[in-house]
Amino acid sequence: MSDTAKPKLNGNQGSIGASIAVAVVFLVGWEWGPGFFNIPPYIIPSASSVYFEFIDAIERENLFVHTGITLLETIAGFIIGSLMGMIIGYILGISPKAEFVFSPYILALQIAPKVAFAPLFVVWFGFTVYPKILVAVLIVFFPIMVNVLGAVRRVDPDMVNLARTFNATRWQIFKMIEFRDAMPPLFSGLRIGATLAIIGVAVGEMVGGSQGLGAVLIFGGGSGNTALTFVAIIMLTFVGILAYIAVVLVEKRVLHYLPRSEFNSI
Amino acid sequence: MLDSPNNYRIEYRGVGKQFANTQTTGNQDEFIIAVRKVDLAVRDGEVVSLIGPSGCGKSTLLNMGSGLYQPSAGEVYVDQEKVDRPNAHVGFMLQKDLLLAWRTIRKNVEFGLEIQGVPAKIRNERSSELLEKCRLSGFEEHYPHQLSGGMRQRAALARTLAADPSVLLLDEPFSALDAQTKMILQQDLAETLAAEKKTALFITHDLAESVALSDRVFVMSQRPGTIIEEIDIDLPLRENPMARRHDLQKEVGDYVSRLMELLHVGELASEVEI
Repeated sequence: MSDTAKPKLNGNQGSIGASIAVAVVFLVGWEWGPGFFNIPPYIIPSASSVYFEFIDAIERENLFVHTGITLLETIAGFIIGSLMGMIIGYILGISPKAEFVFSPYILALQIAPKVAFAPLFVVWFGFTVYPKILVAVLIVFFPIMVNVLGAVRRVDPDMVNLARTFNATRWQIFKMIEFRDAMPPLFSGLRIGATLAIIGVAVGEMVGGSQGLGAVLIFGGGSGNTALTFVAIIMLTFVGILAYIAVVLVEKRVLHYLPRSEFNSI
Repeated sequence: MLDSPNNYRIEYRGVGKQFANTQTTGNQDEFIIAVRKVDLAVRDGEVVSLIGPSGCGKSTLLNMGSGLYQPSAGEVYVDQEKVDRPNAHVGFMLQKDLLLAWRTIRKNVEFGLEIQGVPAKIRNERSSELLEKCRLSGFEEHYPHQLSGGMRQRAALARTLAADPSVLLLDEPFSALDAQTKMILQQDLAETLAAEKKTALFITHDLAESVALSDRVFVMSQRPGTIIEEIDIDLPLRENPMARRHDLQKEVGDYVSRLMELLHVGELASEVEI
């Protein structure tokens, strides 16, 4: 084992070095590129001015409070949306009749651009956290439901027959086979959902209210403070990455029985 | 051995099965007859093989034995009880090991017992005993993907035996394995069946395997499948197929030749040449 692990480690170290080099080139280009091409700072502020704006905004704009609000809305939207996606995915998966009845409506809702609902939700719930969470719920729901539904459908019928020859009840077949067998696709859905939740929340915040990173983004854009919009974008990305990493960590625990090669690095 | 119906573990009485042929024609009224008029009985402790051309309905017969399908005609009895739904009297083993990826080998072996509500302590004793018999000691806490194909199939055998079925229905359990692993598993199966005094109905494509492992061989015809011949394998060493193959090469070869004739294997080969 140790002799095969060694060259792989060296390969990884090389790749990590290359990744860092890309980051350095990007930052250097960002810092001096705009000046070199005579691009004014209100179009593309330099990397250092974005950094100083970030330090300023922590106190001036309560940046971390906004980040915390966005983070909590993202977590709430993601958890509610994925639970609903899971439950409905499993129900439609084990009941072809229910899927037949609901599939046209589900398809229509899936095609509808979920972020377009944001202004409507603001009308309904005002400048509260609820419209933001609701957009995130809607946007997270579909990839998870579709993945779970498909996975339950693809369960090997021989596996179900095996359980039936042991006199398994319908509930046992669900609990011991279908529920568990759909877990890997469920987690692919959760990974997608984690990256989408932040989009729903950001759009919700941009449309209504004065709280959260989306609101900071709109404020920065409206007041000509381009560096602040960059700060907001970076913080939104950071929140999205946190959500994604959380899902990957849970996945590694739950799907620990899978061979390592079945985990993707992205 | 006394041959009375009381002695039968599994019995097919005039069994036929037809399926609606909706896939090719879409017409509900058209049927494919998979098997017809099958009479077959396996006595207690016997190992019986079922051979025949592909698609002759062998697997359909096993599925009816396990109660997963209902026969269109006739009846299947296991332990003198009519089979009308899946029941715990039969153990089922397929070419696929069907081990659950998220369960350890021990938990997989205990799968049937867990469904049947056997207490954890008894489950544990039973699985330890069978894992040892199937030479899987030390792999109890491994997951299926960490084991070789042969070991996984042995775990599947342990799972089948754990529920203590009256009859084992084996549907080409070794056909996905390489030749060497296959021989080792045949040996394991034969020894285990003999030691546990189990009754088995065994589907195979491998004529030599059927002769090496069984007391009797049933030969089936093309679809619609029915039994065309019953051959007693009148040889010793059923519990040791390697020795049977090795020490009784000529006799085993004669039986295989006879099966080849019955299945027209030679004629099919010459057709291919033309």
